[in-house]
Amino acid sequence: MALLQLSEPGQSEAPHQHRLAVGIDLGTTNSLVATVRNGMAVCLNDLDGKAMLPSVVRYQADGSVVVGREAALALTRDPRNTIASVKRFMGRGLKDVTHIESTPYDFVDAPGMVKLRTVQGPKSPVEVSAEILKVLKVRGEASLGGELTGAVITVPAYFDDAQRQATKDAASLAGLNVLRLLNEPTAAAIAYGLDNAAEGVYAVYDLGGGTFDISILRLTKGVFEVLATNGDAALGGDDFDHRLFCWSLDRAQIEPPSAVDVRRLLGKAREAKELLSHTEEALLSCQLDSGEAVSLTVSRQVFADITANLVRKTLAPMRKALRDAGLKPDEVKGVVMVGGATRMPHVQRAVAEFFGQEPLTNLDPDKVVALGAAKQANALAGNRSADEDWLLLDVIPLSLGLETMGGLAEKVIPRNATIPVARAQEFTTYKDGQTAMAFHVVQGERELVSDCRSLARFELRGIPPMVAGAARIRVTFQVDADGLLSVSAREMSSGVEASVTVKPSYGLSDDEIATMLRSGIDHAGDDMSARSLREQQVEANRLVEATRQALADDPELLQAEERAGVEALVRTLEALAAGDDLAAIKRGVTALNKGTETFASRRMDKSIRSALTGQNIDQLEV
Amino acid sequence: MSVTMSERAAKHVTNFIAKRGKGIGVRLGVRTSGCSGMAYKLEFADDREDEDLTFESHGVTILVDPKSLPYLDGTELDYVREGLNEGFRFNNPNVKDACGCGESFNV
Repeated sequence: MALLQLSEPGQSEAPHQHRLAVGIDLGTTNSLVATVRNGMAVCLNDLDGKAMLPSVVRYQADGSVVVGREAALALTRDPRNTIASVKRFMGRGLKDVTHIESTPYDFVDAPGMVKLRTVQGPKSPVEVSAEILKVLKVRGEASLGGELTGAVITVPAYFDDAQRQATKDAASLAGLNVLRLLNEPTAAAIAYGLDNAAEGVYAVYDLGGGTFDISILRLTKGVFEVLATNGDAALGGDDFDHRLFCWSLDRAQIEPPSAVDVRRLLGKAREAKELLSHTEEALLSCQLDSGEAVSLTVSRQVFADITANLVRKTLAPMRKALRDAGLKPDEVKGVVMVGGATRMPHVQRAVAEFFGQEPLTNLDPDKVVALGAAKQANALAGNRSADEDWLLLDVIPLSLGLETMGGLAEKVIPRNATIPVARAQEFTTYKDGQTAMAFHVVQGERELVSDCRSLARFELRGIPPMVAGAARIRVTFQVDADGLLSVSAREMSSGVEASVTVKPSYGLSDDEIATMLRSGIDHAGDDMSARSLREQQVEANRLVEATRQALADDPELLQAEERAGVEALVRTLEALAAGDDLAAIKRGVTALNKGTETFASRRMDKSIRSALTGQNIDQLEV
Repeated sequence: MSVTMSERAAKHVTNFIAKRGKGIGVRLGVRTSGCSGMAYKLEFADDREDEDLTFESHGVTILVDPKSLPYLDGTELDYVREGLNEGFRFNNPNVKDACGCGESFNV
């Protein structure tokens, strides 16, 4: 029986009407799922009472997949098949991946997006992320007692289209309906802004496992406006671990170790880092396979010194974001801290110095993004209550434009434009009699196309021949609420048109996605059992119908007792299909298929005979 | 005639009201709807209506409108955990049958 939740006054839903929606923080290091329950956003815990799911996926030789803490335990034992921090590779080519030498993975350079070779074959980051999302989906459904209507999934503000699309693909692979992709800092603002109802300009400083985002937001009367975003898509807590790891190699004077040792020592570095947020000193000790032992004491001060440049790297994007927003640091009313890495005291100190005030840390920095996403999901699913009538304005993080003559990028939509947005610009031909035009859609702030990210190419053909400069070609850029782009070009006099939806440039075709979806179903566990039951019931009913029809069509092909046997099997299967025992229905289907083999072959003979009747052998083409 | 709640339910309600920041108690009621005829109403209460009947249970005020009371008399509101799922359950002696999910019932 369904368990009820408390509603706001007058907001009780009709039975079966409450839409179950979750917010998912798909993080580099940890992922969380949250929902709004009894009017409050809460993170959903697993059976051990833990909210955080380590974003680690292990592919095992027996074909099974393990996600989370159990997978994380195998990081040192089985580094190549145990994928951590996969978010860094989402929508990324091999050349985009930093610190490739210290990751233990075996990369395969697929067009646009890398793949990782595992014991179960090459896996794309989309597939790995989908495994994480599946676990969160199952947890959400078990916690809420029903199928999810949809989910809001957060992404770093700096994610480009390929990375956003990769995230969406991962969600559909996991069987999740994405209500919206939401920028992480915006989600944090929702969690803080609504819970505390504080108005003013806020900065969201999000130092997660693998990404850094700074966002400047204005909160007024429940309306969120993102004034500016900036950041570094390849800077996060992992880099602090890495820095400490390099320092320990240097101090212990040992050679770069094996993959297993890298993983082990990185794990120890992470533990030491976390400890240093609470203590003045931590011991980093590790026995390596190479026979060498590392045993170092690291003080808070030393750690702050060796990672000072990483903290400094967060300051430049902060300055840029403020400049974009036209604000000075002292005009910011509050600073929201997001991400586990903001627990480091020297990070908090640097942020406090920059803004001249102590940052806000009253919500758990690890959970705040998921909580905000849950609120957004609840609102989008249609469960919002009357006094939560808020609107969310979001911005595009990078300018979108076209390549023009000379390899220059012409910006059509400037960054920080609020979305959804549509902008049009007119272009013309540059040669007499030119009948076609090629468009190259790019994203980025740089002037040269070669420095921007290529998103898509398409051609407009059928332009009527005229003198150079006479044709008027209107190019429209449209960005939907998820930040995904479509571009169309139209020649104004003839009306010929061409368009492209920026599906990612990372090279996954629709077919590949469909194949991945199918294999996802094959491998899915409990969450898919309801689905396979329905499929099996449909199959059983189809078979029952088909057999009955055949019995009616060709009654003369069976002896009375044969017919009775088939009819008994049909009745049995029909009864089974009404129940919910998947295995029994399968057995029934097999039994009926087997029981009608003779009948089927006689029908086949009969139909061949009738097809051959009246024809002589010359007419048959064999 | 009375409507009560278990100690566990009361603890959760108190907690939810505290986090919500306002509310004088909870409102229980029934509405005609759903696949089996009636559906429960379970809401935070901010105001007391004149005709409301009030009950106290483990320090929590329960408001019930007079039309709903006959269908709810003797009900104990409980808070239960089933695996990962948790929430409120009406233990209502008046119910004759309920739909499969229990969200809707008949008296």
